[in-house]
Amino acid sequence: MAEPTTRPRDAALGSGPGRVLLTVYLIFAVAAGARALVQIATKFGEAPLAYLLSAVAALVYIAATVGLAVGGARGRVIALTGCSIEMVGVLVVGTLTVTDAAAFPDDTVWSRYGSGYGYVPLVLPLIGLWWLWHNRPRDRA
Amino acid sequence: MNGPLSVATIVASLVLAAWCLLRSALNRPPSRFDLLATAALALLVAVLVVVAVIGLFDGTRPTETATFAGYLVTTIAFAPTAAVLARMEPTRWGNLILGVACLVLPVLVLRLAQIAEVTSG
Repeated sequence: MAEPTTRPRDAALGSGPGRVLLTVYLIFAVAAGARALVQIATKFGEAPLAYLLSAVAALVYIAATVGLAVGGARGRVIALTGCSIEMVGVLVVGTLTVTDAAAFPDDTVWSRYGSGYGYVPLVLPLIGLWWLWHNRPRDRA
Repeated sequence: MNGPLSVATIVASLVLAAWCLLRSALNRPPSRFDLLATAALALLVAVLVVVAVIGLFDGTRPTETATFAGYLVTTIAFAPTAAVLARMEPTRWGNLILGVACLVLPVLVLRLAQIAEVTSG
């Protein structure tokens, strides 16, 4: 584990582990985005709430991806906003789908805490927030 | 969907995933061999996607053709995208990117096979 000592403190947000995170967010941006597009384009009337939620989730993943890619102070804010909404979203939607399944006739990425995606949607914002905190701007000595 | 070809792709992807994760654990950046292996996997996936596209024109289409097409596009672009990102990251994290991508790829292939099974005739 030489990485923490060799990695410069001012290294870009989207490099090193950040780029792995970026890759996974990119996968989810594509997965959630494509799913929302197909759902809204072909059967929006069946479950408008679930499909709008899919679209929101997709936008959040896209925002986090863009934030990590852009980097810098602005990228941080974008990624932080994305990860925070994602964290709240997966917890709220996960809880609602467990307690009130009738309101969600069709699945979204966040249904049942993201069980359809191997619970990655639940773990991803935690890693994202940790990474952003780990790379928070610090006063130089 | 071609059964043996899907299985071969899944097995190749998982083997490469194990290799890249091991290389990442050993703190190795993606080597030329690693990237070439990913390119070979991408080629195998491309063959699979072409076979699947040809299959669309033999009269039996999946009920969810739009979803199927979406998965086909994602699947064919997957390994090349991972390779590009891994080349941008010449550290152990580059190999982690390849490893993660090779773990997700079998899921995509399985989903493709699953969607293809539900045909409208």
